[in-house]
Parts: sequence; C-alpha cells; structure tokens
Amino acid sequence: MQRVGVFVCHCGSNIAATVDVKKVVEMVSLEPGVVHAEDYQYMCSEAGQARIDAAIKEKGLTGIVVCSCSPRMHEATFRKAAERAGLNPYMVEIANIREHCSWIHKDMEEATKKAVVLARAAIAKVNLNAPLQPGESLVTKRALVIGGGIAGIQTAIDIADAGYEVDIVEKTPSIGGRMSQLDKTFPTLDCSACILTPKMVEAAAHEKITIYTYSEVDKVTGFVGDFTVDIRKKARSIDMNKCTGCGVCQEKCPSKKTPSEFNRGLNTRSAIYTPFAQAIPNVPVIDRDACIKFKTGKCGICEKVCQAGAIDYEQKDEIVTQKYGAIVVATGFDVIKVDQYEEYAYSQSKDVITSLELERIMNAAGPTKGHLERLSDGKHPKEMVFIQCVGSRCSDDKGKSYCSKICCMYTAKHAMLIRDKYPDVNVTVFYIDVRTPGKNFDEFYRRAVEDYGVNYIKGQVGKVAPQPDGSLLVQGVDLIDNKQILKKADMVVLAAAIEPEKDVRRIATMLTASIDTNNFLTESHAKLRPVESPTAGVFLSGVCQGPKDIPETVAQAGAAAVKAIGLLAKDKLLTNPCTAKADELMCNGCSTCANVCPYGAITYETKEINDHGIRETRRVASVNNALCQGCGACTVACPSGAMDLQGFSNRQILAEVDAICR
Amino acid sequence: MVYSYYPGCTLKTKAKDLDRYAKECAKALGFELEEIENWQCCGGVYPLGTDEIASKLSSVRALNEAKVKGQDLVTVCSACHHVIKRTNDDMKNVEDIRTRANNYMELEEPYAGETTVLHYLEVLRDRVGFDVLKEKVVKPLGRKIGAYYGCLLLRPSKIVQFDNPENPTIIEDFIKAIGGEPVIYPYRNECCGGYVSLKEKEMAGKMVDRIMDSAAGMGAEELITACPLCMYNLNKSESANKLPVYYFTELLAEALGLKEEV
Repeated sequence: MQRVGVFVCHCGSNIAATVDVKKVVEMVSLEPGVVHAEDYQYMCSEAGQARIDAAIKEKGLTGIVVCSCSPRMHEATFRKAAERAGLNPYMVEIANIREHCSWIHKDMEEATKKAVVLARAAIAKVNLNAPLQPGESLVTKRALVIGGGIAGIQTAIDIADAGYEVDIVEKTPSIGGRMSQLDKTFPTLDCSACILTPKMVEAAAHEKITIYTYSEVDKVTGFVGDFTVDIRKKARSIDMNKCTGCGVCQEKCPSKKTPSEFNRGLNTRSAIYTPFAQAIPNVPVIDRDACIKFKTGKCGICEKVCQAGAIDYEQKDEIVTQKYGAIVVATGFDVIKVDQYEEYAYSQSKDVITSLELERIMNAAGPTKGHLERLSDGKHPKEMVFIQCVGSRCSDDKGKSYCSKICCMYTAKHAMLIRDKYPDVNVTVFYIDVRTPGKNFDEFYRRAVEDYGVNYIKGQVGKVAPQPDGSLLVQGVDLIDNKQILKKADMVVLAAAIEPEKDVRRIATMLTASIDTNNFLTESHAKLRPVESPTAGVFLSGVCQGPKDIPETVAQAGAAAVKAIGLLAKDKLLTNPCTAKADELMCNGCSTCANVCPYGAITYETKEINDHGIRETRRVASVNNALCQGCGACTVACPSGAMDLQGFSNRQILAEVDAICR
Repeated sequence: MVYSYYPGCTLKTKAKDLDRYAKECAKALGFELEEIENWQCCGGVYPLGTDEIASKLSSVRALNEAKVKGQDLVTVCSACHHVIKRTNDDMKNVEDIRTRANNYMELEEPYAGETTVLHYLEVLRDRVGFDVLKEKVVKPLGRKIGAYYGCLLLRPSKIVQFDNPENPTIIEDFIKAIGGEPVIYPYRNECCGGYVSLKEKEMAGKMVDRIMDSAAGMGAEELITACPLCMYNLNKSESANKLPVYYFTELLAEALGLKEEV
C-alpha cells in the first residue's frame, strides 16, 4: 500500500466557489492509503509547491494526488515538484476538479460530491502506480518548414541563422506566397514586392536552407526530434540544373489560355510558366494538363527553343526522404469562394471583384499593368463601392463565424490608394464595424476618412444589381442615418473572408496535429503556448493558426523558429515512459496489436519462454519504446490481455472505475 | 407516372390557365396529375406563429392523402408550394407541431412528413428532364423571356431546396428547353410586394415597377411566373417598361403545340 498525500487546490475561486474544498479534504482523508490531505488557494504557486514538498518529506509520502485543473495545464508542474522532493514523477496523479467539475457545474453539493469521486479514482490509481523511468532519444538537427510564404520564409531564415539546416517545402512553383500577390502593405504603404523579394533571395541564397518548390509533403512518421518525412518533388518537366531562366520557352509556348493562378484568373498564362517575374527559383514548370505536347504528343516547341536543353518531358515525380527534429507548419490561407454570395453578383458581373483581385489590378505587374479599370469594358471607374465582411462574422453556416482581421485595414488601404492616385474616383465603404487595433492602424484608417475623403457607411449591402447600362446598383442600408441607400457604382470590391489553405487538413492529419472546426491549426495553449501544436515537435507559423496580418505573421514566424531552435539545440530528449509492454507469458503471437498500432512500434520475435517451468520457443510481441506513443490501441485490441500500458495499466484503469462506481 | 395534385384556390378562379395547361401539358409529357379529393385552401401564407396549428392542417391533409395513395404531391402555385413544403418540413422535423397536428387529425397512421412535395417545374427538371421536354417541343418560342421567380419559390432555401435563392437557374433552363432565350435580370428573385399591395399600393407599385424596368432594360420581351399573386401585382405596374406577364404553363402549352397563341 502506498502512503498517499492529497492536495486540493482552490484555484482562487475557480474551484472553491463551486466545490467545498474543505469537505473534499475531509472525505478523501478516509480513503485507503491516504495519510495526508490538505487544501490551499493556489497549489501551483511556489508556496503551494513548497507544501507538497514538505508533506512528501515529513510524512514519507510515496504517491500524491493533486485535485486541481486539467493535467494538460499543470501535470508537468506537479511532477517536477514531486521529483525535487525525491519522489518519482510518475507517482503523481491529477484529479481534474476544475474543467471536469467546478467549471461545468453550478450546484455546490453535487459538484463537491463529484470532486470527491474524481479524487477517489485518482487515489485508487496512484495506489497501483509504479515508478517509471523515461528513456532517451536523439534529436535530428534539421527542421522542416511546410509552406514558403512570408511565414515559412521568415521561420526558415531565423532557424538557419541559428546554425541549423532547414528545408522549405512549397507546393507552388515559387516561394513568396500570398504576400507576393499584394501590391502595397499597410500601414506604411511600402511595396510588398520590395520588402518580400529580398527575403526570398536571402532564403534561397542561405547556405543552411534548401528549398523544394512544386513539392508536397507525402508522408510523415516518427516523433519529436526524430521525424521521417517523404517529400514529393512533382515532375517539373524541367531540369533545374540546366535551366537558365531565360524565359524564351514561355514566350514561344502556343498554349496560352490557362487562367493565371497568380493573377487570380484575371488573365491567362502559358502552359510552361513561372508564376511571376521575380519567382524563386526562376525555373518554369510545365502544367501537364494544359501542355499540348502532353495532351496530343505534338508541339514540343519549348524543347526546340531551349538553348540549355533543360526541357525534360520524361521527368517523373521524385520522392526525397529526410529526417527532421522539428516541423513548422506555415501553410497560410486563401480567400473564400464568393460565388455563394450571389446577392453581390460576383459571378454575374465582371466588375464585382474580390479585394485580392483588386491587389492584382492595382499592381504594376498585374493584368491591367496597375491601371484601375473595369474588367468588363476597360473603362476607368468613377464610383467604387467596397463591401466589408463578405463571409466573415457570419451566424449562418454559409460563411465563417470569425473576423478575418485583415480586411478593415486593407480596405482602408485600397480606398486611400485609389483616392490618392485617382482623385476623380469616389470611394464608399460599407462596414459592420471598423476594427483597427494595431500600431498606427487607427491613425491609418482615420487618414482614409479625414484626409482622403473616403465615404464610410455603417451598414450592410443586401444586393448588387447589374444595370442595363453596365453599372451596378448597390442596395444597402445606412444604420446611423436609418435609411435605405441605393448607390450606383462602376465597380464593387468584396472583402472576402480568409480561410486556411485547403491542404491543411491533409497535412494536419499526417502530423497528428489538431485542427479546429474552421480548419485552423490548434495551438497548445491559447495564451501561453500560441506557436506550438499540442503534438510535440510541431510548431505553427502564420495564418494556418488564425487570421493575421504581415507584422503579426512575421512575429509569430520568429517565435515558431525560436521554439524549433530550442528543440534542435538539445542533443537528446527524454521519452515518455508510458509505453505499451507485452507480457510474454500471455502473448500468443496473434499480430492483432501490430495491426492496430498507428506508429509501427510493435514487432515480433521468436524466443525461448520459461512458462512456469516449461521451456518453449514462441513468437511474441515486442514494443519499440522509442516509437510507441502510448495511445493504448494495442491494449484494447489484444485478445489475451498480454498488452498493457505502463502508467495506465488495465488494473489501474479498472481500479479507477471501481472507485467511481463505489 | 401519376402524381397527386394540389391545385389551390386561385387556380380554380383567377388563374385557371395555370391549372388547365399544367394538366394538359402533363399528359403530353407522359405524366398525370390526379387532383386530391376535397382539398382545402392552404391558407395562402405560411403561418409564422409557432403555436399556430389550425392553419397548417389543410396542408397536412393533402400531404397525408398523397402518402396514403403512395404518390408524390405536385403543386403549381408558388404560394401553395411554399406553404405545403414548409408544413411538410415541420411535420418531419418539428416534434411539437407533428405531435399536435397528429393529435388533432386522428389519422389511422400518424403523418410524419413522408410525402415528397414537388413543384411542377421540379417535375419537369428532375423527373421528365429538360432535355426530354426539349425534344417534345413543336413550336420553339424564340422570344426573349425573363423568368420572374419572386420570393416564395426560393426561400427559405434550406427548406424549400428549390434552387440557389440568389442566382437561380431552373426557370431559365425551362425557357431554354421550350426554345426561348432567357434574359437574366437582377430583380428576378426580388419580392413583388405580395399582400402589401392591398394596404400600401404605392410601395407595391414601386416594387413591381423596379422589376419591370430591370427586366425590360436587360432586353426581356415578356415575363413568366408561377405565382398568381405575383401575376396580379406585376399586372398592376404602371411602368413605361411594362411587359406582358404569362404563367409558365401557358408558354409550355404553346411550345408543345397545345395552345394556338398567347
């Protein structure tokens, strides 16, 4: 029998306001094995930990139960405290009486009863705990960054500058991401390309950085410090070592009708293409779906004109397998499809565009060479209407529930730039709220209103009606004036909500990184661990974690890099000792456990077993502790009860159930 | 194929053409509309009061009648379709309404939304097929026709599931099938004013004028509708751009050669 101490935390009033902590102490004192019980206001504080320390030493405790918040919050804290007092850290159990009890109940009597039951279960378990020793695993000193936008580039540069090898995997033919599509950036209005392209060059030139463009992550195995990743280098149909980037192939390519992804489909590109002039690497790819040679077998013009002989129609996808210690996800975002908002006539009129399309129109390298013009007839607009929150802050399931965060600022930017360059254009913005928290952001918005005369109307738009004369009639409401508004416009710009890049769910699944209902990756702790995924060794950079603007993205990218560096700087990691173990006497070698193991941690060996004096040679399961993640799938699947999880044995769990049902 | 048919009051009085041609065209297209016996008025407006049950009962009777016969229930009038479709959804998904309606009705077997409700246009699109309809057309219309949907056919879209409420295509596809040229205009899914025309004639007048101006401006020569109330309001328009308005079944009959001339 253990000598158990129970420590009940008030968590200020978080627990104590709903759970009678004194009563809990009184009740648990009667439990078998409990030799000490006390309560304290903040058990996690230094003073609280000192009490645990003192009790362990004075009462000779061999196991402790802390009744407090979720183990996800402070299990590590209390394990460390116990270890300092000379106790094996795995002799600590947490009874979660906050998230599982006080926060979700109102009635004190019932909540107290439940807290006692949860404590009893933990006491029953700790009575069966045995000291466990973590093993060690080596750290591969190389990081993988998935996504080559500004988030991925910044993270890669920061990790590489600390002296570690970094690989960037980018699915499109060039790094640069969304930022490369932007014209100017708020709140300083510097040109996006002017500040981004030097970063792209820096990443490409960095001796520690390897960039895989037109590539995707195919498979991820392993665990923190020791991931193995398959990277699929999609067939570019170009020999990257031979291509000089002269661009003749793109000029001569006769297939020029594919909508340009980079220009959001506003113009077309050739089948052999680089997405934009400053692409890195400056090596084109052949879009095999559009290429005449691939479709009909005829053509081959690019091969004929290529002086370097770089065209390779036979090239195949190539898999690169690489080991990494840390993985940073920087997969970014896209804007939502606005054709589900037909009331704004996006699919019915060419002159209704999204803000990202406007970025391309305003850009000197864009489809209109930077001239503001209507896409229907090329005419210069006189009246422009911006509609905010298209698909953001929606209460129905059509749109997103969240605020996309960047739209208020980029709309103010667009409005200001247009008024500055074309003073003859009237600009009206329909908004729900104008949200400008951020350094120099509100000043920026006020400049748009006060200095540039942008007409802001608080209210939503109900309909955009294309008129017989080619104009657009915007039907909205002014909530401050309490009147309906009918406004004729030449162009309407929709601030479409942003959403995580579609691939992110596939990538998160491979990484076993959790993801929320909006497909944003979940951080380990919303406030205290915002750049770490709950999956050890996986870090989050940029909009894949939640909407952000460029400054925030760059800041987070640096933070993710620091976390990755902190991991890579270690030579060894302690492994979780709560792994599966096969009882060789009971194992019949049926392979059921190996079949359900998601980590490939179970193998079989044939060995001589001494079964109560009878020696025989049998095939038995063997668990690789370095690979086992302690998920417990095998313990459930094993038909003979030979598989058990250390620290969570069947006996311990049943003891908990018994204690709850008692 | 035989369908249960709910015509509704207006189709027996003001909108006889809507009814007559619907039935005649059905025969020509190979399906039959079997009028429900002793049907009663749908009420004309879907009752929004959550405690209102009496005004839903006529719809439930019609729905149950079709269920007993093992037939799908077809409507033509937009308002009837709207009321019956939404009541059916209530019977399927709102336990309180289902229980109270069934308690009141005392049917042999309780009704729980089993019947499929189809608008005549849906029968043409999903059962007959517009491609088959196209083959049966003997007099392609060749005119520029604007579809006027109004609101009741399309909304609430989650329940009526008729078409995209902001950019519908079913009537345009119908117009193409009968050899006409559909004219898309933005106000085709906007309200005609409905019953407001009884109380606020000026407001309703503005609403229909806007529809007429928009349709005429985009080049329509005539409008078609499935709704007698829309027809009434549109015909009251005093716009200089006022276009003739027909029921869709009239043009269907014309295209199928069942009618001499509009």
